[in-house]
Amino acid sequence: MSRFKKKGDKETPGISTASLPDIIFMLLFFFMVTTVMRETELLVKINPPSAVEVLKLERKDLVSFIYIGEPVKTKLGTNARIQLNDAFATVDDISEFIVLEREARDEADRKFLTTSLKVDKGTKMGVVSDIKQELRKAGAFKINYSVTEKRKD
Amino acid sequence: MARKTPEFSASSMADIAFLLLIFFLVTTTMDVTTGINRILPPPPDPTVKPPDIKDRNIMNILVSRSDRLMVNGKGMELSSLKDEVKGFMIPHFPDDENFPETKLVEIELLGATHRSRGIISLKNDRGTSYDMYIQIQDELAQAFTELRNEFSQRKFGKNYADLPEDKAKAVSKAIPVPVSEAEPEDVGGK
Repeated sequence: MSRFKKKGDKETPGISTASLPDIIFMLLFFFMVTTVMRETELLVKINPPSAVEVLKLERKDLVSFIYIGEPVKTKLGTNARIQLNDAFATVDDISEFIVLEREARDEADRKFLTTSLKVDKGTKMGVVSDIKQELRKAGAFKINYSVTEKRKD
Repeated sequence: MARKTPEFSASSMADIAFLLLIFFLVTTTMDVTTGINRILPPPPDPTVKPPDIKDRNIMNILVSRSDRLMVNGKGMELSSLKDEVKGFMIPHFPDDENFPETKLVEIELLGATHRSRGIISLKNDRGTSYDMYIQIQDELAQAFTELRNEFSQRKFGKNYADLPEDKAKAVSKAIPVPVSEAEPEDVGGK
């Protein structure tokens, strides 16, 4: 009187792969949406120096960039210029830039804000030092000199 | 005559989507930002007098506007800077007149340790190139990494980078990185 009768040998039903494309598409869209990069158009030429002792920059969302180098447009001369966001700036704009960058972040994350200096090899230290002084005044003490990794030989 | 539309095979759809997915995964590898991390000192307080430091405790590194290196008044090649810094920063005990003083400090996990009181003062000209500046920063960083590695090999038999957090902290206390950057001199042109 068994209610559950063995129904002989039944084939295991194959898993339908019809939903597989949907899953993959979902992943695809996820990656497409999340990898939107805010690519700043560089107005200055930057050929970074290289060093052996380099570290990877973590938390890229907590990094603000300052670009220094020769302008790409040759008619602007060959003196090193500072670029903040998408425009040329002067040393005096740095403190305001730092304040804005700080306000754009979560309050809890603000103390981890790093300023990355992307500076061209040939730049004179005068400009860089001026910026460092401004950063000190603005209270942005964490800095990162952007360099490429050199192979140890 | 109602004709049945032929069934559209969806099995290749997954492959197409996979292909796209892999394409996006590969192309969106953003350039990893690598760099040298530094902490800037807070602005100097005019009311506080800078501490007096004995001459023997300071190693003066000067970089001229033509990217030439001078250590304690003598010219030097960039390639020998690392060894010079290492020799300077290794704690010398018993006391040696030609090297910085040492201080006996109590450090957790290490006990009483002789710590060098040496300070490296780095000064560059406004005309120094950024490349040279980074090269020097890099040489200094390498010197300290090697010192720490040697020290932790001796104490714990491991490289500094492989140490657990508490031991790494002890080593970094025993061998600090006392690099002080002077405000650049206003002699070179911008």
